[in-house]
Amino acid sequence: MNVKRLTARILASAIALFASTASVLAQATPGRPEPGGLWLQPAASEQAQRINDFNFDLLIIITIITVFVFLLMFYVMWRFREKANPVPSKVTHNFALEVVWTLTPVFILIGIGWVSLPLLYWQDQVPETDMAIHVTGNQWNWTYSYPDHGDIELTANVVPDATFINASDRAAAEAELSSFLGWPAKLNARLLDTDYRVVLPVNTKIKVQLTASDVLHAWTVPAFGVKLDAVPGRLNETWFEANQTGIFYGQCSELCGKDHAFMPIAVEVVSKEQFARWVELQGGTVTAEAGAPTLGR
Amino acid sequence: MAHENPTGWKRWLFSTNHKDIGVMYLWFAFIAGMIGFGMSGLIRMELMNPGVDVIPSVFGMTEDQARHMFNVLTTGHGLIMVFFMVMPALIGGFGNYFVPLMIGAPDMAFPRMNNISFWLMPPAFILLLLSTFVEGPSGMNGFGGGWTAYAPLSTSGHPGPSMDLAIFSLHVAGASSIMGAINYITTIFNMRAPGMTMHKMPLFSWSILITAFLLVLSLPVLAGAITMLLTDRNFGTTFFDPAGGGDPILFQHLFWFFGHPEVYIMILPAFGIVSHIVSTFSKKPIFGYLGMAYAMAAIGFIGFVVWAHHMYTVGLDVDTKAYFVAATMVIAVPTGVKIFSWIATMWGGSIRFTVPMLYAIAFILLFTLGGVTGVVLSNAGADVALHDTYYVVAHFHYVLSLGAVFAIFAGLYYWVGKMSGKQYPEFLANVQFWITFIGVNMIFFPQHFLGLQGMPRRYVDYPDAMAYWNQISSYGYLVTLVGVFLFIVVMAMTLFKRQKDCADNPWGEGATTLEWTLSSPPPFHQFNELPQIK
Repeated sequence: MNVKRLTARILASAIALFASTASVLAQATPGRPEPGGLWLQPAASEQAQRINDFNFDLLIIITIITVFVFLLMFYVMWRFREKANPVPSKVTHNFALEVVWTLTPVFILIGIGWVSLPLLYWQDQVPETDMAIHVTGNQWNWTYSYPDHGDIELTANVVPDATFINASDRAAAEAELSSFLGWPAKLNARLLDTDYRVVLPVNTKIKVQLTASDVLHAWTVPAFGVKLDAVPGRLNETWFEANQTGIFYGQCSELCGKDHAFMPIAVEVVSKEQFARWVELQGGTVTAEAGAPTLGR
Repeated sequence: MAHENPTGWKRWLFSTNHKDIGVMYLWFAFIAGMIGFGMSGLIRMELMNPGVDVIPSVFGMTEDQARHMFNVLTTGHGLIMVFFMVMPALIGGFGNYFVPLMIGAPDMAFPRMNNISFWLMPPAFILLLLSTFVEGPSGMNGFGGGWTAYAPLSTSGHPGPSMDLAIFSLHVAGASSIMGAINYITTIFNMRAPGMTMHKMPLFSWSILITAFLLVLSLPVLAGAITMLLTDRNFGTTFFDPAGGGDPILFQHLFWFFGHPEVYIMILPAFGIVSHIVSTFSKKPIFGYLGMAYAMAAIGFIGFVVWAHHMYTVGLDVDTKAYFVAATMVIAVPTGVKIFSWIATMWGGSIRFTVPMLYAIAFILLFTLGGVTGVVLSNAGADVALHDTYYVVAHFHYVLSLGAVFAIFAGLYYWVGKMSGKQYPEFLANVQFWITFIGVNMIFFPQHFLGLQGMPRRYVDYPDAMAYWNQISSYGYLVTLVGVFLFIVVMAMTLFKRQKDCADNPWGEGATTLEWTLSSPPPFHQFNELPQIK
């Protein structure tokens, strides 16, 4: 009876997982977690897309392995229970079997590595990028600067909880954010929204250079497939190319003290033209083609 | 030469008897485990709903202090469960009690060193507890930098003496473990009964032997790393401070060179225990004994060359990452050998589903589940999305909380009759198993979803969209709380209420190791004449 209960439980959760994964993938708002969500956030860059696809492949492989082991175990528990099999066998070796269960995992792992390592190398090599942003993690906010666009620099702090509760505070915060951006803006989610946002152009290869001023932090945006530690005394580098406009959220992902949970990342991806207007609003410089670097500014 | 058995407090404080010391280790692990479990309760209650409200009301502090307090709790939970619960229970407790019995030795090789190994643990634990009452970051108490204690949060981020106390605590606990490890290696190499060759030695002894080697090789690296932290903090060195030419990443390399073997230190003895239980209740010798022993040795060896898979996002060179991906995945092979050998041991057996067997089967299944998510995480490419999220929390709790801790439960139920002379109440213990099983799965399975959705670890508060699975996870804790309460009831009934006496060998023909040839409980000194192994 216990076996049946357990089987039913496992099967039900496996089915639920696959079913809801499909539905969540279809409905979720890009760039933020979904209530009751079961799977990775929808991808907004090729990196994230490849990571999500690879994770899904892995999910299928590990589900098959897990289900196989569980079913095998349940069969053994049922078939060789004391009542059904009162006299135990004395077999303790089977060379062929041992070779099989050693080599099969080896082949599965080689198969995984075949996909995994090319993905890793592709992610890790920063291609020729169109522009860069410089990110500094501080206790407990992020400072951003745009080295290719003049002297633009901004510090993004979490929007306090109280702002979401008090309507007039919220209106004031949204007005401030709107005037910073140059277009109307709304606050969306507690602990994800920041007072100012990083504005970036769509379909542009962006290099992210990361460091920290005090302790370790990690800059993360799940929808872009980016996560990299900000380390004092080091300059870490990664890249992404957002393939859709919208607001994409992330959260500091390396323990950095008391307010670790209160230094989110909010990136607003806009069209190249809108980005150029924003750069001008901020008093930065843009070359003819929006988003292209202005060397020797 | 016969001598008086010491009685009263002298028996325990001055104990040189491996069984008494083992029992003290188990009680110590129980007390520390309750404190660590209580801390996880505060963590889960805080995370049951969005907002920071539970910790402020429990401790009567401001929200600001509570945010730090949460980090102190996660740090304390991790350190206590690793150093003061799982290790003392599996290695100090079961290791001390059963390794000499299984290899047919009268005691450990260095009984007095065994005494100091144990008696260093309470002061170490007290130092750690004290650290939560003194200043960490300015104006707040306790160290909240995680059990990993990454610099610079553990240096400039926590200027107060709290971190120094935590460092001393780990130094003392480490010294205790190193002495324990030396004792096991010497005992197993030199004190096996005549005829007990290495290849006839029970798998639990093998697991403790390999674990002891891991301890001797890895703990000094931790001791070095935290000593460097100590001098960075107090004597002006800059090992981990870029301003003086140091590098915070160096600490992570040193820490994980210890830290990864450490996770195998926690799981290998569990493998050993599970092997015995599966064999006993299938009434069959273990399948592929040599493969099982050398799989553990392989896991122990590979465990030393995979440490940087904890550091995929720090900015390592891509070739370095590629190496660590490949090396890490290799671990799945000997682990698979063990899983399949356990199932093959059961195959053809005559299986009795006693409570230790239920725990052992649950261990195999849930360890598999935690293992396959480990394969996912080993891929640096996929790890970008999952690193430092709740997916990792779910993964390592499946292998440790539902793995190592289940093995501790299994071992307790398997051996409590041998140790106390009284058998546990079977029905209530069954109830205890099922409630705990459901509870812990309810806690940790939803955490996979939270991690996939991007919820970072060590977060005192989370966006409202993550409330659903957090709430279910916290309800799971309440179910587990009932399970733990029942565990105390079951053990109290076993030890203090009259239960039926435990026979010398209550498990029948499947239990073939030497401890079952002795009385229950065993005599104060056993094997005065060494047993002959054929």
